[in-house]
Amino acid sequence: MKIDVNGTAHEVTATTLEAALQELGWGEARVATALNGDFVAKSARAQTPLRDGDRLEVLAPMQGG
Amino acid sequence: MREFYGVSLANPLMLGTAQYPSPAILEDAFRQSGACVATVSLRREAGQGQAFWDIIRGLGVHALPNTAGCYSAREAITTAQMARELFETNWIKLEVIGHADTLQPDPFGLLAATEALAADGFEVFPYTTEDQVLAARLLDAGAKVLMPWGAPIGSGLGLNNRYGLKTLRAAFPDVPMVIDAGLGLPSHAADAMEMGFDAVLLNTAVAQAGDPVAMARAFAMAAQAGALAHAADPMAPRDMAAPSTPVVGKAWL
Repeated sequence: MKIDVNGTAHEVTATTLEAALQELGWGEARVATALNGDFVAKSARAQTPLRDGDRLEVLAPMQGG
Repeated sequence: MREFYGVSLANPLMLGTAQYPSPAILEDAFRQSGACVATVSLRREAGQGQAFWDIIRGLGVHALPNTAGCYSAREAITTAQMARELFETNWIKLEVIGHADTLQPDPFGLLAATEALAADGFEVFPYTTEDQVLAARLLDAGAKVLMPWGAPIGSGLGLNNRYGLKTLRAAFPDVPMVIDAGLGLPSHAADAMEMGFDAVLLNTAVAQAGDPVAMARAFAMAAQAGALAHAADPMAPRDMAAPSTPVVGKAWL
């Protein structure tokens, strides 16, 4: 299916958020996730299904003021 | 000294972590200034997140994640939830921006987000104006710290509305308050601390200085001097001169 990851279209075979992160190479990364604008906790990723057209945000620590 | 959600700070300087010429200079600025709170943010993963986080953890400071760039309560709430998981802290520097040119807070979105986040267990540091009514509403909504601006973010103008800030300080004598944003010089930090504020938060004034490490030290010294002066109960100013040398016993020449 086609999902939007950090603003870029991606074709994934994964059907859960957890699997999609693995597929995208962020399996071990220190990241936080939001699906369609809502926070998804790390512990909930495996139970979170993905649907065609979903918007996934994958964020990491960054410098800030 | 007033505490920030149960944490008392040994040093009233809170420093941002953005815009430094290098990670080494960032580390040095923290070490040499003794700043014990570091503001951080989260952005789309591009591979450098872990390394940055390792640096901050290595400094042994309190991380204060922000919601910079959020223009709605919803965005800010989601960002705060992501920050809590990523940085493992309930602290959140809550920014809900209302205008792109002034980066001033949207008071309505800020209040809505503060209410939701405080109810969800967050320890909210709302980035607000000197508006006393908004401050009261934020406290009612569950904020136990306030972060009034000095001037627009990144402007370096100092304390734009000293009267408003002074009034705010006097109105809520028990509430810990941080002057956040707009400071350009150490004298601005000293001024804020002399007025009785509990800490200052700045980034650009240090990171964009020709020598960020020296400027961080200068801000730390100024903030500490201001705090010491406030605690020492400054004299009241007067319009006319008053001789400091005793008049009694002066020779009749």
